[in-house]
Amino acid sequence: MFAFTHQVLSGLAMGGVYASLALAIVMIYQATRLVNFAQGEMAMFSTYLAWAMIDAGAPYWLAFFLTLVLSFVLGAAIERLVIRRFDGAPVLTVVIVFIGLLVIINSLAGWLFTYSIKSFESPFPDTARFGAGYISPHEMGAIGVTLAMLALIYGFFRFTPLGLAMRAAAQNPISARLVGIDVGRMLAIGWGLAAAVGAVAGMMAAPIVYLDPNMMGGILLYGFAAALLGGIDNPWGAAVGGFIVGVLENIAGAYLVGAEIKLSVALAIIIGVLVARPSGLFGRVIVTRV
Amino acid sequence: MAALLETRGLSAFYGQTQALTDVDLAVEDGGVTAVLGANGAGKTTLLRALCAMTRREGAIFFDGKAFNPKAAEDAARRGIAHAPDGRGTFLDLTVDENLRLGAYTRRDRPGVGADLERAFAYFPRLKERRGQQAGTLSGGEQQMLAISRALMLRPRLLLLDEPSFGLAPLVVKDIFRILAAINREDRVAMLIVEQNANLALDLADRAYLLETGRVALHGPSSAVRADEAVRRVYLGY
Repeated sequence: MFAFTHQVLSGLAMGGVYASLALAIVMIYQATRLVNFAQGEMAMFSTYLAWAMIDAGAPYWLAFFLTLVLSFVLGAAIERLVIRRFDGAPVLTVVIVFIGLLVIINSLAGWLFTYSIKSFESPFPDTARFGAGYISPHEMGAIGVTLAMLALIYGFFRFTPLGLAMRAAAQNPISARLVGIDVGRMLAIGWGLAAAVGAVAGMMAAPIVYLDPNMMGGILLYGFAAALLGGIDNPWGAAVGGFIVGVLENIAGAYLVGAEIKLSVALAIIIGVLVARPSGLFGRVIVTRV
Repeated sequence: MAALLETRGLSAFYGQTQALTDVDLAVEDGGVTAVLGANGAGKTTLLRALCAMTRREGAIFFDGKAFNPKAAEDAARRGIAHAPDGRGTFLDLTVDENLRLGAYTRRDRPGVGADLERAFAYFPRLKERRGQQAGTLSGGEQQMLAISRALMLRPRLLLLDEPSFGLAPLVVKDIFRILAAINREDRVAMLIVEQNANLALDLADRAYLLETGRVALHGPSSAVRADEAVRRVYLGY
């Protein structure tokens, strides 16, 4: 029972990382109907920014919040300077642009920070004060940070006028313009927020998976899986999907097949769910009358 | 009365196709102007051109000044509300959220609260359903929502695109009665596009008849109503 609890809890920690990335992907998907393949690399690059600040002597939490701000600015800039030029372009064109971004950001990180693997410090203490053995302090902290961020994002979209305007712009851009919403600005803000959410995922993952330009490859895959499992049109479903994927991955690795092919088992389970429920576990079936 | 909205030589295009040619039109301050015409005559295009939703040529004047909108949001910022073709409901948002979005450009919170109550007074059905997802409303309720959302801007001018479309006659009658009340009590000027010529002429003081993108006939509602051709083709008696 001890070992099982441990597997579940540490699964939740990585699950929080997948949840954050899935949320970032869904936020952009909802506004543009496009899946940003470069989301993981953007998160990786943000994590390097945090690493560089910490390496230069900045306290962890200062670096953490500065990274969020910088990521927001960079995310918004990518939307304004690159993505907007492909507005209305065929989907395949945009997919190529995303893959191009992925490769460019990956190489840029390798060029600036080298490909050698770096350790990334955790802001949480080395020894646990409680729950020792079940879960490491970093894992517990990562779960806490992820939940706090999800709560903040939820509150923002649910209770602020700007959040409401962003939901409106994503749902019905024409109507949104007619009530005076600058839809282009909402898209840029959405990209910025997604980049900041991704940055949290990167910074929470890095102490576990270590920092290198390819660190997000597998994580992005799980993030996609989480988004699809939860329902790509439902941000909160996607976040829950992230936690489910994290736990499944760990349990499959520990009890079913071992670490080598746990990835395949987790994905197989997800495909099974999607066969039964194509819109995901929490995908909404929208009721409309004409 | 002075004209609140005036167009001079307004033309509009979808790509290479010209949908509107040299339209001169006016809406009096506090007045109602109706635009009649068959399907494809350019009625919806006219409203879209006023909100920079199509490429256009010609001049628009609003409130005595040149009005040169670059994007649809510019119209809302000048106090022009548009209840669009298809009602433009934010289907996944609640009725309440839809209405609050209508007041997006406003900063006077108490005024917005008062206007929300006023909208509910005009359309009590919306108040009953304020927490409900707007996509679950009936067509008539969605049209009421579209009009209320537009009113939440506290507009000088309300652009209405076929408010009767697809609705039962009783519901249509109700909506037009309330539109008349809004015009009378809140002094909101209206530019209304309608296929139901009878109802539109009852509401309007001026009317324009569009045929293939050009003004074929215009004048006071009573004169347009009396026109032999209009009577035969659009009023059906």
